[in-house]
Amino acid sequence: MGAPKLDMDRIIDDRRTRIIVCCGSGGVGKTTAAAAIGLRAAERGRQACVLTVDPARRLAQSMGLTHLDNTPRLVDGVDTSGGGSLYAMMLDMKRTFDEIVEAHADPDRAAQILANPFYQSLSSSFAGTQEYMAMEKLGQLRHADEWDLIVVDTPPSRSALDFLDAPQRLGRFLDGRLIRLLTIPAKAGMSYMKVLNAGFSMMTGALTKILGAQVLKDASTFVTALDTMFGGFRERAEWTYRLLQAPGTAFLVVAAPEPDALREASYFVERLDAERMPLAGLILNRVHVSSAGRLSAARSLAAAETLDTYDRPDSGNGGNGPKGAKGAGPRYSLAAAVLRMHAERMNLGKRERRLAEHFTSAHPAIPVAEVVAQPEDVHDLDGLRVIGTCLSRQNP
Amino acid sequence: MTMRDTDWDGVRLHVVTGKGGTGKTTVSAALALALARIGRRVLLIEVEGRQGIARLFDCPPLPYEERKVALGLGAQGAEGGDVYALALDPEGALLDYLEMFYNMRRAGRTLTRLGVVDFATTIAPGLADVLVTGKATEATRRRVAGRSSGHLYHAVVMDAPPTGRIGRFLDVSTEVSGLAKVGPIKTHADTVARVIRSPQTVVHFVTTLEEMPVQETLDGIAQLREQTEGAIRPGGIVINMARPAMLDAADLIAAASGSLDAAELVLGLKAAGISDDHGLAADLMTELKEHAQQVALQNRERDELLTAGLPHYELPMIPDGIDLAGLYQLAAKLREQGAA
Repeated sequence: MGAPKLDMDRIIDDRRTRIIVCCGSGGVGKTTAAAAIGLRAAERGRQACVLTVDPARRLAQSMGLTHLDNTPRLVDGVDTSGGGSLYAMMLDMKRTFDEIVEAHADPDRAAQILANPFYQSLSSSFAGTQEYMAMEKLGQLRHADEWDLIVVDTPPSRSALDFLDAPQRLGRFLDGRLIRLLTIPAKAGMSYMKVLNAGFSMMTGALTKILGAQVLKDASTFVTALDTMFGGFRERAEWTYRLLQAPGTAFLVVAAPEPDALREASYFVERLDAERMPLAGLILNRVHVSSAGRLSAARSLAAAETLDTYDRPDSGNGGNGPKGAKGAGPRYSLAAAVLRMHAERMNLGKRERRLAEHFTSAHPAIPVAEVVAQPEDVHDLDGLRVIGTCLSRQNP
Repeated sequence: MTMRDTDWDGVRLHVVTGKGGTGKTTVSAALALALARIGRRVLLIEVEGRQGIARLFDCPPLPYEERKVALGLGAQGAEGGDVYALALDPEGALLDYLEMFYNMRRAGRTLTRLGVVDFATTIAPGLADVLVTGKATEATRRRVAGRSSGHLYHAVVMDAPPTGRIGRFLDVSTEVSGLAKVGPIKTHADTVARVIRSPQTVVHFVTTLEEMPVQETLDGIAQLREQTEGAIRPGGIVINMARPAMLDAADLIAAASGSLDAAELVLGLKAAGISDDHGLAADLMTELKEHAQQVALQNRERDELLTAGLPHYELPMIPDGIDLAGLYQLAAKLREQGAA
């Protein structure tokens, strides 16, 4: 493959690298990659912190994360002889949101916002909030400056791009015309009716009709309260966004060698480029390789077919079978099955390679690191070390 | 026409969920093809705006409109019924809702310009979900125009949000009650909930035989049962992309533990005219061991899934990627196993 190799150790050994963002579509092994990179960095002397959003239970347990508590915890079992350490945390998006509100509004107003039904569902259930809060938490961790490398795993969005938009999305919403419309009643009391033209009152009429008057009132209270914190929100969102663009950040796009994941990865690479985000490379996860690659799929299948004919009782010794083949059926059937299994593995590998080549021909300058598929899922630090080693040994 | 009973006779809304990457959209499409027997019309709905259906059926991006995308899987080589598809988005669903209930399409457009869509998708609790599920239930209930009997669609298949979000997505009444205790949107949500909580609706879970998707599936089923106190019914478990075992069980166990005799393989290779150069047999044995470990893992995960006590269906990995032919193949597998 023509793509340059991604040199993971150079990235994690470079003290100027302060943030690594792993992104990609769901189910490609982002969290595992982020954890493996964090562990490797810690064992190579970095003060690393892994921020994860939605880890598999056993992977979380392997890092000592048994519950959400929104604070980085020291991970046991890490080799700290190089002077490094590893912390890990799972994001609690509601708590993160509450903390922002408490930090930006006076206690009365904060209490009012926290109790509002709109706030409660916005902070706990909305697609988009998780992305926004992950970025917020990243900003906080970076600001705290207790770690010299933060590895973040992005939320499993339906589109891998959502988190990039998240910081601005809420801002755009709060800046929108609807919000201004909703905030008028609370600001001006009943007198707003007078200043509104017919179009506007039709709108509020329609909204009342669809949502009901109580809803409109709650929404209005909520956005008015939020409005006072708005400056703070926007400032933070912009700060985080600039942080992501800074040279100390390295984006890694994670993909499995499957059409959907690679299509998403391509899109992502283009988007990062458009946003001028520093892309370090692609991690191609769960690649199938064969240690017996010198035996091609075609030859392997042909050999299996040859063995099948030997196994047929009526072919006996009279055919082209070697002497003594008769009665040796079971023996050959094992070899035939192994050859078929090998052929399938070779074909799968070939297909994956073809898909990867599609990607690299469209993005020839993007460095790629391949991680070989593991026979079992990763759920301990040793498993993460294997992935880390894989990531760093890209030169044959 | 004689019809063998399927596992889901009487079910008209099939909600399909699963962890990202397990092939939720593919399975939804295959199920729609399988359900569309001759003379039947099936609607396939996607809700996440990814145009996955258009890609699968190799047609241009779907507008907000029900369009015929394929013929269903017929019996014994004959043609099947019709499969229609609809790509839903909250904006279109909101405009639809306004038109249907208030005859306010133009006002709806103005609302869109004013940012009501942002409002719906960003802030209003459950509003986007109730609009989207509302459209799906409306299609489920829709009658043939001008006739009092007969539904327009024999069944509706919804490619729904992933497992982590499914309970909340479907439990619209509870979601919306945070937003409105009374009022039109609440009434609408209650109507939707009646369909979703009836025996006409089931939720199928798609998974691969890997640890995380299996765990998420079991958690999702438990959560759905708990959250809705059994009112929303889990349907079947569809095991997708299963890799078949290529050796018999005894050999696999021996291979996994490393006790399989390599001499047999060397002899077999030799008989087939392949020389054991540079330890080829040993390398193949390593590969075999990995295969055996993978099969063992799959078996463990399958056993784990069966503890949920739901009907399950197994679909093979289609090695060359999913195209239309592959979809029909999967549809046939689903039908064979009684899913449709």
